Amino acid sequence: MKPLKIAVCIKQVPNTEARLRVSRDGRWLDEEDLPFVINESDEYALEEGLQLAEKTGGEVVVLSLGPERVKEALRKTLALGAARAVHLSDPAFQGGDALATGRALAAAAERGGFDLVLTGSQSDDVGYGGTGSVLAGWLGWPHVWLVMGVELEESGASVKVTREMESGVNEISRVALPAVLEIQAGINHPRYASLKGIMAAKKKEIAVQTPADLGLDAGQVGAAGSRLEIVAVSFPQSGSGAQMLEGDAKKVAATLVEKLQKEARVL
Amino acid sequence: MASQVWVVVQLRDGQVSRISWEAVAAAQKLAGTQGGKAEAVVLGTGAAVGAAAADLAKADLAAVHTCDHEALRAYTPGGWIGALAPAIRAAQPAFVVFPHTYQSVDFVPRLAQTVGAGLLPEVTGFTEAGGGLEWTRPILGGKMQAKVRVKGEGTVLVSVQSGAFPADGVVTGGGSAAPVHPLAADLSGLKADREILGYEEVAGDQIDLTKADIILAVGRGVGGADKMGPVEELAKALGAEIGASRPVIDNGWLPRDRQIGSSGQTVAPKLYIAAGISGAIQHLVGMKGSTVVVAINKDPGAPIFTVAHYGIVGDLHEILPALTEAVRAAKG
Repeated sequence: MKPLKIAVCIKQVPNTEARLRVSRDGRWLDEEDLPFVINESDEYALEEGLQLAEKTGGEVVVLSLGPERVKEALRKTLALGAARAVHLSDPAFQGGDALATGRALAAAAERGGFDLVLTGSQSDDVGYGGTGSVLAGWLGWPHVWLVMGVELEESGASVKVTREMESGVNEISRVALPAVLEIQAGINHPRYASLKGIMAAKKKEIAVQTPADLGLDAGQVGAAGSRLEIVAVSFPQSGSGAQMLEGDAKKVAATLVEKLQKEARVL
Repeated sequence: MASQVWVVVQLRDGQVSRISWEAVAAAQKLAGTQGGKAEAVVLGTGAAVGAAAADLAKADLAAVHTCDHEALRAYTPGGWIGALAPAIRAAQPAFVVFPHTYQSVDFVPRLAQTVGAGLLPEVTGFTEAGGGLEWTRPILGGKMQAKVRVKGEGTVLVSVQSGAFPADGVVTGGGSAAPVHPLAADLSGLKADREILGYEEVAGDQIDLTKADIILAVGRGVGGADKMGPVEELAKALGAEIGASRPVIDNGWLPRDRQIGSSGQTVAPKLYIAAGISGAIQHLVGMKGSTVVVAINKDPGAPIFTVAHYGIVGDLHEILPALTEAVRAAKG
């Protein structure tokens, strides 16, 4: 089988388990002291890419768009086994919607001569779920979203792809390469970095690219190239409608059972 | 005619799906803000297309457009985009509304790229504000929400989240049905871009959670397969089935047939206890029809509390054993 050259697109997102605070202008999160992680489904995309590269003697190149902090996430992917990384780093890239970010990533992917581009299915922050499909559109390659299985076919010209549908049904299809596959969390078991990997990552390249490097105008990417603008973010009314029960475990348990019996009448 | 609002419905078992009717309700409301009536589009092959169109024509719509083509027998993004892109380019509707489903997320972003439209996924509502529309959509897994505006010119493709625009809000037409036409589009570019080999059932439904009266569902907060003991104890005391949110399944802590949510089972028991489940929308769509919902979570900001009737902020590993005791005591 021919060695596959695979691009994996990752996004660094806020750790949603952390305490989130609205920024002063009310339009996004206050990023001071906010921990960032690699987007969950992107970790699965990376693992899938590494496995496919290992099977075919190919390589994984990781692409990511974002501010300087993204280098830390890229370094982690290099420690896990990616050969090198490309950082789309420029103020003009910031604040993009799925269309603007997909376009920028496509321009970067186009230059790599890849057989396959993998992305996560959805970001855990804005969650548009469309960046990979937009990227595929710009490349003119087929794409599949919410991929739960990838099988290389003998010919090397196509892959057999399992796509998750609603209500516990999967679609199985054959997709010609090159293609874009948007990977669902749970498809595999992402590996941990080894000490050897962490050491090796220090010597691997992270190339920086600007819109000009990719042949794009600043107006085609980031906030300027987007149709969407977030004007405010907020927390939903917590417990709106819910009766919040307070006290120690024993007390809340007793109160809940009483309420379920006498008030809600479901026990 | 820049003020047109279209809605593209999805068929399920040959019928307009429930969430598609919700999209019709959203499109009607949206068309009202644009001073017109919405138009529906239905794609597929054979008699189901005409039957669905006749059903849609009973709603208060300006028109129903059908596209009945052999290449639309099985869904593929190539087929759907091939049918819709020329029609959208020709008519330049202001908005095209879709139900937010795994199918629409598969093709709508690429349709937006193909026709140069804006993409506004997963909206839960909109209001008219400051001379334009302000849209609401969940962010950060439903922990927060964003208000979003669209800028620039041209069509915007909008998908509406399940449950946001109730299907019973669909306005029916007066005496006469809406006219049904074939979609005015050049279908020469209509081509599947993946070869469909088949469909498979994931879990085989060994366990039918939809028939359970009481469900105790656990999420990531349970912490591991080895920490299920107190969960099983409480389920036994309650006579409940155990369910789970997606991360529990992905981590292999419980088998896939226990999954509740958009890619698992949709349940509506009389009592649903969610322990250690933050309440991502994909989970909420699978359980929000429950009669009484109890949420137990360490994070007071967890979105699960927004759909709960009773909430407890705390560690499930302390709360569940206490609940087991209390249930046993109450049942004597």
